[in-house]
Amino acid sequence: MSDTDAQGIPEPEGHSQLIETDYEIGQDNIETSVGPFGLDIHNPVFLISGLSIIAFVFYALVLPEQAESFFGWLRPAITSTFDGFFLAAANIFVLFCVFLIFSRFGSVRLGGADATPDYSYIGWFAMLFAAGMGIGLMFYGVSEPMSHFSSSLGGITEEGGARTDWAPLGAAAGNEAEAIRLGMAATVFHWGLHPWAIYAVVALALALFSYNKGLPLTIRSAFYPIFGDRVWGWTGHVIDTLAVFATLFGLATSLGFGATQANAGLNLLFGVPVGPTTEVILITAITSVALISVVRGLDGGVKILSEINMGLAALLLLFVLLVGPTLAILTGFGKSLLAYGEYLPALSNPFARTDDNFRQGWTAFYWAWWISWSPFVGMFIARVSRGRSVREFIIAVLLVPSLVCVLWMSVFGGTAIQQFVQDGYTAVKDAPLELKLFEMLKELPLASITSFVGIILVVVFFVTSSDSGSLVIDTITAGGKVDAPVPQRVFWCIFEGAVAIVLLIGGGLSSLQAMVISTGLPFTIVLLLMCWAILRGLQDEVRGT
Amino acid sequence: MYRQIMVPVDLAHEATLAHALAVAADLARHWGASITYVGVTSPVPGTFAHNPGEFARKLAEFATAQGAALGIETRAHPAIAHDPTTEVDDALLRAVDETGADLVVMQSHIPGLVDYVWPSNGGKIAAHARASVMVVRG
Repeated sequence: MSDTDAQGIPEPEGHSQLIETDYEIGQDNIETSVGPFGLDIHNPVFLISGLSIIAFVFYALVLPEQAESFFGWLRPAITSTFDGFFLAAANIFVLFCVFLIFSRFGSVRLGGADATPDYSYIGWFAMLFAAGMGIGLMFYGVSEPMSHFSSSLGGITEEGGARTDWAPLGAAAGNEAEAIRLGMAATVFHWGLHPWAIYAVVALALALFSYNKGLPLTIRSAFYPIFGDRVWGWTGHVIDTLAVFATLFGLATSLGFGATQANAGLNLLFGVPVGPTTEVILITAITSVALISVVRGLDGGVKILSEINMGLAALLLLFVLLVGPTLAILTGFGKSLLAYGEYLPALSNPFARTDDNFRQGWTAFYWAWWISWSPFVGMFIARVSRGRSVREFIIAVLLVPSLVCVLWMSVFGGTAIQQFVQDGYTAVKDAPLELKLFEMLKELPLASITSFVGIILVVVFFVTSSDSGSLVIDTITAGGKVDAPVPQRVFWCIFEGAVAIVLLIGGGLSSLQAMVISTGLPFTIVLLLMCWAILRGLQDEVRGT
Repeated sequence: MYRQIMVPVDLAHEATLAHALAVAADLARHWGASITYVGVTSPVPGTFAHNPGEFARKLAEFATAQGAALGIETRAHPAIAHDPTTEVDDALLRAVDETGADLVVMQSHIPGLVDYVWPSNGGKIAAHARASVMVVRG
């Protein structure tokens, strides 16, 4: 009687091993309405996350000094005490992903043996890239290669037996060519395989346990092999609430800092006054565009914006490549790759190193940061990755973005280093972080146009982070349901902007950012457990065929 | 008069559909038309089904059961939307064309203030579908 095969549904889905559990998706949800708005929310994750976020914002506002001194101490304490742990864990994630590519598990398909991908390569790639690190590339693309280059060139300085310089490894005192190589290798190290392996682990765990095992699309599902049915109780509530927490504060603090940085760019370009008024207007504008995007949905909003952004970023990249020192950049790309390969073992070695400042202040900090973002980015990647095989998934999430990052860093950082080394242009080295990109562009033709494109890119990258983040939080707080009413995602989107504005005006952005990074430590343990859960899940899939 | 009636169904909330199902069945008997039940699902596991395959199976069972109980010819037509919250209207509009329906019978709530800004699914289908649309209230 049914004619199901003519439609867009891949039927049959083919082989997959469903997990049999008595839990019904949405069984803990409350369906109600507040005024004219319908709601379908998870009890108690929605309320607990909402209320505890408000409580923390109050804490940061009412006791700013206490909050700042506590979190100001906590973050460096964590990254310097557990630096070896962070470095070792990140290495495990990379090795785990590489193992999956070559193992027999690589052929397992997310969504069942016969599932077909929901998105084309371009749409898929644009979305995972925009959510993953787009905004960071805008700010660190010029500044990070520059920092590592100059600290390496400066050589090692010691005081009382401890190194006071920030150079990676053994530095490259006075050796310009080697300092460039080391600087690029260190930058690519922070933006290459390791962060994407972190995202890939979380995304793969979530995709596997929802598409192949039929569990709800929330963070707790990945823990089913470990905790069994207890994940539907308080164990799971805590995991999901933590994820909402890290996501919302991560987004709100980035939004706050991003507004400050966009403001600096606008000031340089158009003389727009710097101050809270402009910043609040910027946050409101970014949130409004994000709002339109989430109301239009995944395909009509988020995907389109991500693709536009991708196109703009590619244009800017191409422009700098062509009008900048093209030959030097292209050979630089090859050199950066080689240098990355050469220095990778030493840079990722967690033990017996002397470069304390670099290892703890840069590497461990980055690892904690990527890990605290991983629930958000991982869940978003999972949402758009059904129908890919594990091998295809890892290659696309791990290798392709890493290569793009090497290219990006070589073009933007390489151009800036050339400007400094060849032309003695020091502004690009001395400018504050948020202005380095614009200082670099200033030396190239059509600076006013490219700088404007740069600001637009910053803003749109924020919009894509904000809307995909709202979708993720909405799904988690709806117990994994993706068909919750629209007002809910509108609420989270506005809430996120409001938290950013309150913190920006009242102070407390940096202490909350420190707190977000501190969540990286518990999440590292969570991620290690996830690797084991993925192995268990994939074994079942392979065994059943 | 009408040959093909399309009835959008949200099987996770089957109880709320009673009215529309009954009206559609009466009309189908009256004109000797057949009914296609259209369900929209996401690829992500949901309350009603864990994957699109299971969804299609359950929808087909529902259609068969309705057909047997009401003595009319029925079909099932599952449709997929990546983000059902916002894309259900578009998925239903596509389904109108795909099923070749000449009449859509669908359940809707009694409009309130919000419907001025945010039209209901029924409202949007009625505004954009080429077929006749009957929106059943209550």
